[in-house]
Amino acid sequence: MMHKKQSMLRKGALAFALTIALTGVAGAKTFRIADQGDALSMDPHSLNESLQLSFTGNIYEPLVARDKQLKLVPGLATKWQQLNPTTWRFDLRKGVQFHDGTPFTADDVVFTFGRAAGDGSDMKSYTNTISAVKKIDSHTIEIVTLAPFPILPDVISLVYIMSKKWAEENKAERPVDKRKGVENAASFKANGTGPFRLRSRDPGVRTVLVRNLNYWDKVETNVEEVVFTPIGNDATRVAALISGEIDMMQPVPVQDVARLSQNTNLNIMQGPELRTIFLGMDQARDELLFSSVKGKNPFKDKRVRQAFYQSIDVEAIKSRIMRGAATPTALMVAPGIKGFDLALNKRMPYDVEAAKKLLADAGYGSGFELKMNCPNDRYVNDGEICQAVAGMLARIGVKVTLEAETKGTYFPKILSRNTSFYLLGWTPGTYDSHNPLNALMATPGASGQGQFNLGSYSNAKLDELTAKIASETDDAKRNAMISEAFKIHHDDVGHLPLHQQALAWGMRKNVSLVQLPDNFNQFKWVTVK
Amino acid sequence: MTTAAPTAFQRFFDSDLWFGFRTSPVAIGAASVALVLIVGALFAPWLAPHQPFDLATLSLMDSLLPPVWVGEGRFEYFLGTDDQGRDVLSTILYGSRISLLVGLASVALAMVLGVGLGLLSGYVGGRLDAFIMRVADVQLSFPAILIALLIDGSARALLPRDAHSDWLAIGVLVGSIGLANWVQYARTVRGSTLVEQSKEYVQAARVIGVKPWRIMMRHVLPNVLGPVLVIGTINVAQAIITEATLSFLGVGVPPTSPSLGTMINNGNNFLYSGEWWLVVFPGLALVLLCMSVNLLGDWLRDALNPKLR
Repeated sequence: MMHKKQSMLRKGALAFALTIALTGVAGAKTFRIADQGDALSMDPHSLNESLQLSFTGNIYEPLVARDKQLKLVPGLATKWQQLNPTTWRFDLRKGVQFHDGTPFTADDVVFTFGRAAGDGSDMKSYTNTISAVKKIDSHTIEIVTLAPFPILPDVISLVYIMSKKWAEENKAERPVDKRKGVENAASFKANGTGPFRLRSRDPGVRTVLVRNLNYWDKVETNVEEVVFTPIGNDATRVAALISGEIDMMQPVPVQDVARLSQNTNLNIMQGPELRTIFLGMDQARDELLFSSVKGKNPFKDKRVRQAFYQSIDVEAIKSRIMRGAATPTALMVAPGIKGFDLALNKRMPYDVEAAKKLLADAGYGSGFELKMNCPNDRYVNDGEICQAVAGMLARIGVKVTLEAETKGTYFPKILSRNTSFYLLGWTPGTYDSHNPLNALMATPGASGQGQFNLGSYSNAKLDELTAKIASETDDAKRNAMISEAFKIHHDDVGHLPLHQQALAWGMRKNVSLVQLPDNFNQFKWVTVK
Repeated sequence: MTTAAPTAFQRFFDSDLWFGFRTSPVAIGAASVALVLIVGALFAPWLAPHQPFDLATLSLMDSLLPPVWVGEGRFEYFLGTDDQGRDVLSTILYGSRISLLVGLASVALAMVLGVGLGLLSGYVGGRLDAFIMRVADVQLSFPAILIALLIDGSARALLPRDAHSDWLAIGVLVGSIGLANWVQYARTVRGSTLVEQSKEYVQAARVIGVKPWRIMMRHVLPNVLGPVLVIGTINVAQAIITEATLSFLGVGVPPTSPSLGTMINNGNNFLYSGEWWLVVFPGLALVLLCMSVNLLGDWLRDALNPKLR
């Protein structure tokens, strides 16, 4: 009896040890991450926003991808060459399958570019230089541009390829468009070629990805499953990381960086981000939608824009709200973006008296009222920055009614231009100054330029320069034109640049990953020990 | 003319209620705390050392100062400042105004609605009674906060886009909390009405041909009000907490004019970084306010209950 019991115990222990050993070897690792907001849709063409593109970039892939240094590397295209100044040929990767098993062909590429350039797409600023995408054979395509466009491969690195067959079967031929309330299956389902596939999607709650075992490339990750949870509240997100409920989160609230860095179980990864935070003003309408000034638009007067600029104390925002984790800027691009010009990065001085005088000269000596739109879960301390700006503007007599809200309602609102004064952050998806010039500063046009110029700032000279910059191949000449365009924008006070925020990712010590300066997180480079 | 006022006072001071109050230390304590908080809120513009809702007076450079007795605390900011440089003490005084306003107004709304529907339901009876009570049953099966969230969300979606002001936000809050809480009053009043209307005085009034409307308002209503007042007092505290919860969830008042709930929500973000005063003081104010009002409500219930005398 005694003997039997002992042997059973021994067997049990052995089985137990074996189980542990087996799971250790198999290493089915789950990577649990949290962000302050959700990716609003799984449709890769519905919103040109870093988080959404970063997340869907694990499911979908572009023709031309980027490596850990952000250099261009073959993605779904194995090779590309410029046949003549306006024609590019791309050889497509053979033997690649979408997650549903459909083979990837040139038809999918042609379809994708049509979708990304079409009605409802938020990606038009990446496609507006393209005039045609032609299928040559099943695995070769040609892209024709309107004018010579030497940075085409950089520009299309965020255009993720979708399956034509799948989109048609799921009635998702057109992108999800939250502005018009257009939803379709692509928001909740996904079928890409990437290293991860979408298992389940519960918007605002939980999104689960699993490894694509048929992936065409070898990947270094040991993660089998990724669980993504948006946690809006800063303190809750920090608590979740400390307690081990999640493995990684971002952003680490600036006020908690110092404290968390001392925690031996955690690793806080900080770095400069390429994102510029700025304020935009409606300069197109004859009367602002949300202001006490009737019959005219105060933002059409440069003196008013400059008064706003000079009333904002970016240093105070940096030291108090961002706790030093920001770099005040005069430019709409960060150092590290091609075309950044240090000589131009000088802000107009913070000067309340000068601002008051400018406002009085423009005829608003007694100030006016204005509504400001702001997200409160998109950028680092975005809501707090807006509150501080409202306080600073109050000092020159401008009474701001602040509407701070979650990005799920914020983005559709401002992208429909239902705003007079708003906050936005921008990382050039191409790491080149042409992108913000084309998307943020050029006069809005039908083909997609100025798609994110939500206040419709307009200067013909800048538009002309933007077009020239697109096709210029000589670096020196190109940089000179970029600087000229930035100077025009600065002199016009087209936007009110504030700062570049710093990246702060928090993770448990057993996680290793690659932090890209555009705040993208590629799960294929994540290892969980 | 001159004798009327003293008599009313005299009657009050001679009443059992006043005697009960005078001899209950809990009631006196609760009433004094509530009085201090209410006076502080009412006279905030004169009492508060700063004007936290006037954005022009805020300075970011004064942000996140600790209370006066800690480290670099300054006397002018007695309880410290928040991340926008608002004086915490002043913001609590101003914030309690919003909390009290929302609490009282929403209870008033719920009371008017609930008493009206309850009277109607109890007096008219039949199908109308069944309908109103089924609606009440359905609503009772959801927590009040969910209903308030639902009403708040739909009201914001329905209102025109440019209709956006602090007062509107407060109005929506009052409406949603009021609409979420009428059921209790309606049920209580309906029950009492059913009892009252079978009594002789109501039947007598009917016999001599008094209009139903008049019977309800003049004869039944005064006799069912006692329990309603008790529920109302206790509900004020509940409504204040509901407002705080809604503001904590970020659907309440705008961030530039914080209520107690907004302040606690904001302070919550700084719990890990050591700025404890941002959440402790508004939290304490909320607890004191709700507890004192609740204790008063409890005492009132006991005092008005003849069985407990």
